[in-house]
Amino acid sequence: MAKREIQEINAGSMADIAFLLLIFFLVTTTMDTDSGIVRKLPPMPEENTQQDDVQIKERNIFVVLVNRDNQLLVEGELMNIKDLREATKEFIINPTDDPDLPAKEIKEFPIVGPMEVTAKHVISLRNDRGTSYETYIAVQNELAAAYNELRDEYSLRKWGKKFDDLEADLQEVVEDIYPMKISEAEPKNVGG
Amino acid sequence: MAGGRFKKKGKNKIQAISTASLPDIVFMLLFFFMVTTVMKQDDLKVSIHAPKATEVKKLENKSLVSYIYIGKPTQTRIYGDVTQIQLNDAFADPDQIREFIAAERETMDEADQSKMTVSLKVDGKTEMGIVTDVKQQLRRASALKINYSTLKGDPLGGR
Repeated sequence: MAKREIQEINAGSMADIAFLLLIFFLVTTTMDTDSGIVRKLPPMPEENTQQDDVQIKERNIFVVLVNRDNQLLVEGELMNIKDLREATKEFIINPTDDPDLPAKEIKEFPIVGPMEVTAKHVISLRNDRGTSYETYIAVQNELAAAYNELRDEYSLRKWGKKFDDLEADLQEVVEDIYPMKISEAEPKNVGG
Repeated sequence: MAGGRFKKKGKNKIQAISTASLPDIVFMLLFFFMVTTVMKQDDLKVSIHAPKATEVKKLENKSLVSYIYIGKPTQTRIYGDVTQIQLNDAFADPDQIREFIAAERETMDEADQSKMTVSLKVDGKTEMGIVTDVKQQLRRASALKINYSTLKGDPLGGR
């Protein structure tokens, strides 16, 4: 026949090429997402401005010191890190209206209305240069856990859901009720 | 004849499955991995066993994250066994962090610069002194969003 058919390109090897690329990306891919404890550092104070110490009442401040032997001194007493979470929670909510724990006051919140909270509490964390990073993270973790547990407990009581499952606007309200106030002191040696 | 027709159908050979759509399937997988892949960023020159924590959050948007590694060098014979800071592919002093942050900011869109996060990948046995120095430098460079990289697990159980 004089009429020539247009030759088709053999696509049989297409699969092989694609497989080759696929294997390359399979090998180079890293699926693991990095995770960790998120914190915000306070901005650096300006060099020439006078640092005026904000006066915080003794009862409103929760002092956590970690020395270079990785021991904890909480409010002047030696404490095992296992007890830190409970102690922190008690400090934040002050369930018995203890005059040594932070003052409670009634505050107006959106959606849930007025509530009695310890609005002025501050957790002050200070560590020595010799403290191990592991211990520091463990302490940070326990403090964060105390807040997260309180938020979860409140959310469960109020809406029957955990904090993470709430809608974004409700989460904001709960965060307002239990605001994470962890302050890290300007570095200096605590000794030990 | 009716019987003949059935007979014809009856002597069936095992049909080969058409592989014509195989490239399509493979391409689909290929595109998936191409989109999700993130090339390995840095060669680690320090050994890092991250501490464990339970209250962790995932880091979103990897392009906005810069990494600072702190730990003891893996090749102690060459680099000694003093805790070192690694930026990009080289050891660095705390003073170089500001430069590093500025350079990292350059590579980002202007709108994203405020969302920049610095992930500190620190070995658990490190002393806090060097970490504090790094944090102070980050404050100077006003890179305030940080993340202490941790593994998931109970920090109190594993000791």
